[in-house]
Amino acid sequence: MTEKTQLPRRGFLTRTGAAVASLTIAPGIFLSQVVQAKKPEEPASDEVRWGLLIDTSKCVDCSDCVDACNTEYGLRGHNRPETDAQWIRKVEVKDKLTGHVQALPLMCQHCESPPCVDVCPTGASMKRKDGIVLVDKHICIGCRYCMMACPYKARSFIHETLTDQKSYAPRGKGTVESCTMCAHRVDAGENPACVDACTQSGHKSMFFGDLKDPSSPISKELTRRGGKQIRADLGLNTGVRYRGI
Amino acid sequence: MKKLYYRQIEGRSNGYYALLAGLGLLILLGLLATLHMEHEGHYVTGMTNQIVWGMPHVFAVFLIVAASGALNVASIASVFNKKAYKPLAPLSALLAIALLVGGLVVLVLDLGHPDRLITAMTHFNMKSIFTWNILLYTGFIAIVAIYLWTMMDRTVNKYTRYAGFSAFIWRLILTTGTGSIFGWLVARQAYDAAIMAPMFIVMSFSFGLAIFILVLMASYIGTGRELGNVILFRLKNLLGVFIAGVLYFVMVYHFTNLYATEHHGIESFILTSGSIYTVLFWGVQILLGSIIPLILLYHPALGKSWKVIATASVLVIIGGLAQLYVIIIGGQAYPLVLFPGMEVSSSFYDGVVNSYSPSIYEIALGIGGASFAILIVALAIKILNFLPHTLDDSIDPHVNVTSS
Repeated sequence: MTEKTQLPRRGFLTRTGAAVASLTIAPGIFLSQVVQAKKPEEPASDEVRWGLLIDTSKCVDCSDCVDACNTEYGLRGHNRPETDAQWIRKVEVKDKLTGHVQALPLMCQHCESPPCVDVCPTGASMKRKDGIVLVDKHICIGCRYCMMACPYKARSFIHETLTDQKSYAPRGKGTVESCTMCAHRVDAGENPACVDACTQSGHKSMFFGDLKDPSSPISKELTRRGGKQIRADLGLNTGVRYRGI
Repeated sequence: MKKLYYRQIEGRSNGYYALLAGLGLLILLGLLATLHMEHEGHYVTGMTNQIVWGMPHVFAVFLIVAASGALNVASIASVFNKKAYKPLAPLSALLAIALLVGGLVVLVLDLGHPDRLITAMTHFNMKSIFTWNILLYTGFIAIVAIYLWTMMDRTVNKYTRYAGFSAFIWRLILTTGTGSIFGWLVARQAYDAAIMAPMFIVMSFSFGLAIFILVLMASYIGTGRELGNVILFRLKNLLGVFIAGVLYFVMVYHFTNLYATEHHGIESFILTSGSIYTVLFWGVQILLGSIIPLILLYHPALGKSWKVIATASVLVIIGGLAQLYVIIIGGQAYPLVLFPGMEVSSSFYDGVVNSYSPSIYEIALGIGGASFAILIVALAIKILNFLPHTLDDSIDPHVNVTSS
């Protein structure tokens, strides 16, 4: 398994400091975590494992997380929905027996044992030491084997020339891409864009934090009320957990 | 008993030049299609974020699988010491290299970044079966080239058996690797099955031999050399055995899936849904590509006709392409199971059968690669002594003389 410890970063990473995620998830329960920013030259650390917890009972009929992701990375459709990239999407899940319907955001699950990393011939699909799964666009040859291997359909292939890209997230025709858990924001001590958008809209169904730190709010919350993996049967130990599925 | 001599073909007839021109045109069209796909991006193809591997992969995998099978005739001579096959061994090895190169060209030119081929050759993730295959494919070309050298240079003839044995083992591993590209994919319902590796090996026997029979017939009819019924009938009987072998593996694969409730969805999609994949499976792969060739090849009267043997070989190739279409495209068309037992839907085509219409560019690239393989053979048999001067029934393969 290929692991990369550093990401290319731009000037914005000179921002340092801490971000405080303060979330009230239930009466009497207060989620807050101080996420320390990482210096640009500092490699990702395996002392942390970044993860997400999504409370589907609070996920309503909105697309704020999807819109925030599209804005953050400049993802735009080309009126070709079958080839347009989607890093995060809302999925509606209906129980065939009971008819119960729920919706949830689905993105790269940042597996501990990612099939995309296993199958990638060049090592372009990689997992950082802090658990974030990324694609190195410089050595991706565009074979799409990772897309065949991903059980979550989390990846998109870039089918056309792109313009007006974000400097912190270069994208390129002929390469594969997916959710980066907003590594550039996380390295700067911020939350992923989708999480901030969900919080700001008042739904507060998405939480971000360090799964390895037993005292982190996300770990405490997972310990207290649990959180399931999608396709847990595959044994991938995903970094994204769901409550209510 | 005649002695065996290998001779270049003359290659000066109008028919030969027409063949080269035709193949050249098809290769040119394939290259133009590639330029268009790479310049515009893959949105001009039928491939999408749902069907990520399309027609180029059907052609490429077919050619790569057939390549290892084409070597079988040589293996029967060198490894299993069947003298009757010995005169055919050089052509068999040549065809194996040519088909592999043709398949790899298609695979590489379909990449999102074919310009990064050097990256693929310098950055290796050894856990990836793709990486193993890169090494297996290049190793195959090298080993078979050495094998050819031991066959064609009298001074090193004594090593032929060792080289042939190495090539035989290598080709079995190679096709295991190709089958495992799919067999090791845990995410998709149609794959994730160990049987795909041996199934691909038997498929390679069948597809490779069908192509070999056609190339052999074309070379001998085209050059006016004699080709005896003895060797041809042996080959066609063997092809029948391989077709039955593929049917057996296909049957075991589907029966195993049908026994497990969790696979009923994909099985009914392929076998009974009435989709294009159902038509291709039953109509083309099973009926046209397996049952009819079996009947033709083993029919007491029809099976002795060259035209019928050629027709059966063509049908096996068509059936093989259909089989790979069903495996590769059908396997992706069936939706991923995100939540077992639940219905899912989204703007990203979750939970729906994905559609795919191959574009003309993909087909042109695939045909271009196949044409390149044939061109390599057509040129090589003119430049070097690959073909016995005659393969009539009186030839004595026990006397092997390499001509100059």
